[in-house]
Amino acid sequence: MKHYTATYWAFFKTSLLEQFQYRAAMAIWMISRILEPIIYLTVWTTVAQARGGSVGSYSPADFAAYYIVLMLVNQFTFSWVMHIYDFRIRQGELSNFLLKPIHPIHADIAENIAYKVLTAIIIFPTALLLFFLFDPNLAFHIQTFAVFLLALGIAFLMRFFIEWTLALVAFWTTRNEAINQMYFTLGLFLSGRIAPIDLLPGAIQTLADALPFRWAVAFPVELMLGRLSQEQILNGFTMQAVWLLAGFLLIQLTWRLGVKKYSAVGS
Amino acid sequence: MSNIPDITVQNLGKTYEVPQREPGLGAAIKSLVSRTTRDVEAVKNISFSVAPGEIVGFLGPNGAGKTTTLKMLSGLLHPTAGEISVIGHTPYARHKNFLNRITLVMGQRNQLMWDIPVADSFERNRAIYRISHGEYNKTLDELSTLLDLSDLLSKPVRNLSLGERMKCEIAAALLHRPQVLFLDEPTIGLDVTMQRRIRAFLGEYNRRHSATVLLTSHYMADVEALCKRVIIIHHGELLFDGDLSALIERFSPHKTIVVDLETERADLSSYGEVITAEGNSVTLRVPKTKTADVTGKLLANLPVIDLTVEDPPIEEVIEQVFSN
Repeated sequence: MKHYTATYWAFFKTSLLEQFQYRAAMAIWMISRILEPIIYLTVWTTVAQARGGSVGSYSPADFAAYYIVLMLVNQFTFSWVMHIYDFRIRQGELSNFLLKPIHPIHADIAENIAYKVLTAIIIFPTALLLFFLFDPNLAFHIQTFAVFLLALGIAFLMRFFIEWTLALVAFWTTRNEAINQMYFTLGLFLSGRIAPIDLLPGAIQTLADALPFRWAVAFPVELMLGRLSQEQILNGFTMQAVWLLAGFLLIQLTWRLGVKKYSAVGS
Repeated sequence: MSNIPDITVQNLGKTYEVPQREPGLGAAIKSLVSRTTRDVEAVKNISFSVAPGEIVGFLGPNGAGKTTTLKMLSGLLHPTAGEISVIGHTPYARHKNFLNRITLVMGQRNQLMWDIPVADSFERNRAIYRISHGEYNKTLDELSTLLDLSDLLSKPVRNLSLGERMKCEIAAALLHRPQVLFLDEPTIGLDVTMQRRIRAFLGEYNRRHSATVLLTSHYMADVEALCKRVIIIHHGELLFDGDLSALIERFSPHKTIVVDLETERADLSSYGEVITAEGNSVTLRVPKTKTADVTGKLLANLPVIDLTVEDPPIEEVIEQVFSN
């Protein structure tokens, strides 16, 4: 464990250094990541006002709270591994990882965390600014916040595991983009980004319950907003645990099969 | 030196399944329905072993199967036939104890992070290989001195020249003090000075640490300077395994005789094949078996000032090997 901490620390430091080289690119990416929730927030606030003040159980202040927290949750749980893995495999860069006595996922997790720490400098002030602009209906309870942090931590890991598995599909297809696009679109609907899930039709809600997206994004958001009953919270954590385990097992399996394929055909 | 070899390869083979397709759109559509593949044997039934501390040159033309073999030895590729044991491990199992004790340097690939200073990439390897700070500083000191890295460590990799980068790549690959080094074209694309530098370093590293080295290179100077023994493969098959001198002995049926004469322009074509004739100096190629005979006649019949008998250049011998 101590060894892993030291290795993670080294990965973290070098990733931070590397990403610091791409400040401008990072800022541009951040703009789109911030704009997305603001656009949906504006749309839904307009709809709510046109409908006489609310949509379902959401008032404009509820939407504001929802999208500000969602922006933070999505920022802290997203990953980009599936966009780079086919490059790693095609260019043979993966060979460098395979020659090292450590599983390559550790470097990716550390890199992701480094990015999140670096972008926190932008995302927190933005959230604060939105807080004053949109006057969200958000009460702070220390207990809720503690449970939220736990849900956020699990969400990060389960999402990372699932997306890393998705990245490994590149072992079998040379271009991953089509699959990534499908994952992105599904996620837009089913993780609660385009609209809070309880505003979606029943059939889509059932689908959202069965897939991981909701548990990785919408669940921590709704939890923080105090919109969930104790039973729903328990159910949410159960689903997170299931997907965390499923993601973990999927990685083992896909990685083993993928490396077997890679070592059969080379890069 | 122990008697147990560091590397043992028995009847090693690697067959790739390559999709086969005729050119053209029609063939492309057809390939959607029925995909035909063709087996390509990259490595065929190769056996050899390398003792601890030995430096072996692994030679062959492009596409001979050298890189495929090195990748199998370092665990990146799974063989389709035969057995490999490297320091007691089966490479493709990629056991941590195995990976901790080997390294693979590919002249055309890099592992250093492009945008950050070299020292930071090194630090990353230190953490991956779990090298203690004391050990790391010692190794880095040694490598810095031998490869003259001190000015480079603080520079980002992207600001380095190809030669500087290669020195850093090699150092990065050796920070964990591997027992076995697989080097695939470590001097490719480098100028003569840098080639010599890296060559000298590898020799010194091998002497200091008794590391086992398997090296491929297209530069015969690398091979002559470093390798007493060479393994030659061609079309995936092993053609020769033995001392460099034995290779020349076996594959070169000729010797080169250089004669300096007192008089100019003597026609020596009756003694052997004249390769060059410049001024008073004539170079002859004669069958090895006739060397003594021709030398005797030259000395007896001509006003010879100086005469030397040489082996042909190693490049020529290798060419001879591949043309057979």
